[in-house]
Amino acid sequence: MTSTPAPKYDEMFNADGSVRPAYADYREWFDAQDSNWLKRQDAEAERFFRRVGITFNVYGEDDAEERLIPFDMIPRIITAREWRKLTRGIEQRVRALNAFLQDLYHRQEIIKAGRLPIHYLRDNEAFLTQMIGFTPPGGVYTHIVGIDLVRTGPDEFVVLEDNARTPSGVSYMLENRETMMQMFPELFTRIPVRPVSDYPRRLARSLRACAPTCAADRPVVAVLTPGIYNSAYFEHAFLADEMGAELIEGSDLRVMDGRVQMRTTTGYTPVDVIYRRVDDNFLDPLSFNPDSILGIPGIMDVYRSGGVTIANAPGTGIADDKALYTFMPDIVEFYTGEKPILQNVETWRCIEEDSLKYVLDNLQDLVVKEVHGSGGYGMLIGPAASKKELAEFEAKLRAKPENYIAQPTLSLSTVPIFTKEGLAPRHVDLRPFVLVSPEGIDITPGGLTRVALKKGSLVVNSSQGGGTKDSWVLDE
Amino acid sequence: MLGRSATGVFWMARYLERAENSARLIDVGFHLALTRGDRSQQEEEWKSVLKTTGQIHDYSAKFSDFVGPQVFNYLLRDKDNPASVLQMIESARTNARMVRTSITDEVWEAINETWMTLRELMARPVRETNLGEVLSTIRRQTTLVRGAMDGSMLRNDVFNFARIGTFIERADSTARILDVKYYVLLPSVAWVGSSLDNVQWDTLLRSVAGDRAYSWLNAGKMDPRDIAKFLILDGRFPRSLAFCYDKVRSNMAGLAMQYGGETEAHELLRDAGAQLHQITIEEIFDRGLHEFLQSVINKTNRIGECIASEYRFVT
Repeated sequence: MTSTPAPKYDEMFNADGSVRPAYADYREWFDAQDSNWLKRQDAEAERFFRRVGITFNVYGEDDAEERLIPFDMIPRIITAREWRKLTRGIEQRVRALNAFLQDLYHRQEIIKAGRLPIHYLRDNEAFLTQMIGFTPPGGVYTHIVGIDLVRTGPDEFVVLEDNARTPSGVSYMLENRETMMQMFPELFTRIPVRPVSDYPRRLARSLRACAPTCAADRPVVAVLTPGIYNSAYFEHAFLADEMGAELIEGSDLRVMDGRVQMRTTTGYTPVDVIYRRVDDNFLDPLSFNPDSILGIPGIMDVYRSGGVTIANAPGTGIADDKALYTFMPDIVEFYTGEKPILQNVETWRCIEEDSLKYVLDNLQDLVVKEVHGSGGYGMLIGPAASKKELAEFEAKLRAKPENYIAQPTLSLSTVPIFTKEGLAPRHVDLRPFVLVSPEGIDITPGGLTRVALKKGSLVVNSSQGGGTKDSWVLDE
Repeated sequence: MLGRSATGVFWMARYLERAENSARLIDVGFHLALTRGDRSQQEEEWKSVLKTTGQIHDYSAKFSDFVGPQVFNYLLRDKDNPASVLQMIESARTNARMVRTSITDEVWEAINETWMTLRELMARPVRETNLGEVLSTIRRQTTLVRGAMDGSMLRNDVFNFARIGTFIERADSTARILDVKYYVLLPSVAWVGSSLDNVQWDTLLRSVAGDRAYSWLNAGKMDPRDIAKFLILDGRFPRSLAFCYDKVRSNMAGLAMQYGGETEAHELLRDAGAQLHQITIEEIFDRGLHEFLQSVINKTNRIGECIASEYRFVT
């Protein structure tokens, strides 16, 4: 593999400047609009988000200022044909992820078959021994999955990472659509865009379908949040509200009579399904983290005895470990017996000697990520790094190679954003949201498109100055 | 409903009410400053505003004099003042954010807008020239939130807890305002009929926005007993103690109905409410106005605490 970037692929425009078919109708509409009016709408969108309070908190800032994720009003458009192929690939991958988790926590056939070295499990904090031999209600591990995809060419979507613990961002998918429909209602009468608004209802149904057998006829679902200072609090409140579920914090819960119960104004009442937005570590101080003040002592005992469903299941983090990611093509094949439809990005595991040597020799061309990191923190983007940063990372790599993986700097596709000077291409990724229940796998058409707002930038994370777009899947 | 959510809506409503009451007191202090030439008298008025809001101690720790702009900036926006109007609006919003799933979008947006508007308006020190605008914006915004609550919320326990918060805070505030100024209502040979009395009484009525209503009911005749009766016992006036207690009681009755039973707080409330209905203004004066007001403040406090423990508030 060489690290020479492939030619750039823009999703709206062909190389000769003509508009691709997916965007033809939109572009026709766009060109007919008054540009001053569009600028006013653009400013209006920000006011709307502020008033509604769609904000996130940034870690590490003193006054814990609430920020907006910038919204770009040019939609990202995916054709029906492209989406069909994507959904087949995503479904296959998510099926494999669940089978993989079931296997890891039971017979470990994949290790016995020699397809995955056991040392990837040993000393890996994401692998929870408390889950060994236990099958979650309905056999579902990853109730909600977000698969991060990037596009590198006309037919090439590759998986950047799997988010199998607590993928966030779905509220932005929903609010972005809502905003677009308020700002440009006529677009949606002209162009057949598949709706996303029933996601919360489907999420609630999917969660209820995974309720434990002791649950009430209509299972009580609650969203567990770390609280209002969490960066994704808006989303937690939004989803609870849309699902008609309680929004709870650890301090509202306690274990009583073999159930997890919440403290209400009239006493304690059992919760059947907990959609938790806290990390494994903060679930149960008795089982995981004795220092945690966020957890519910004893919840794991209730869980293991079938008194509550926790979504996603504790221990699913092992499946989105960045080192195990490199095995995903094998994992898909092992559990589905099929060739993977979606490819991985080529990845070097720095724990392997040959790979480490290659990575160190080519550091300035590569993206290096921490195996357990997320949110764009602690990564190195070789081409954009200074000599000093490269030297620092080299030292880190040599000291703890097992903590890192490296990938080529991909030539991510671009989609134009709206600027005062006109349309300008920016790099994007895509996170479709997948619901898993005993009733099946349900993929919401579209997902969250994140866009790097800075010219030339490849980092789309909201914590690093990225924005979002409404993502359209066209109807057949 | 979660105990934590009940705590959240209760305090959201209380902080909003408290912010509004502070704004009214500042308005009165400012009015007096404009009508009185004597600087020491002006400072006395600002001092009594600080006393009423319970901030005199903290203020004196930071400043040694009571110049108008210094006092109202302290009350409105001082970063060292944990009970500034801006801080209370922020606390109201933080509580609203915590219970976002219990309140309607309209209520949340009204509170969020209130916070954004006031934060911007008070980003820099408030001057005498824009104080009026700041105070009327505070009143307008808090009224907007109350309107959103009234117009969009289900009449269930969530609404009851919010209303109870509002009226417990208001009862406390009216009782405090009266108590700080109770001496102006006492029959005192030297002062009767003097113009100073009239100004003092008018000030008192204005601090609870009752000047017009009182004049209308009493054909403009100022009498300390009538004023006390109006502010304590008149169930028609929305800031009187009797009115606030009636509202707390009806909302507590709503909770008893939904939850299928009364609590110790209901018992306490029944006693205190009955007293307000049976007692006459003559009896209050015979007993001592100050003692009476102190006992109302203490009872209101106890009822608030009892509600918090009976309904599993989170502290």
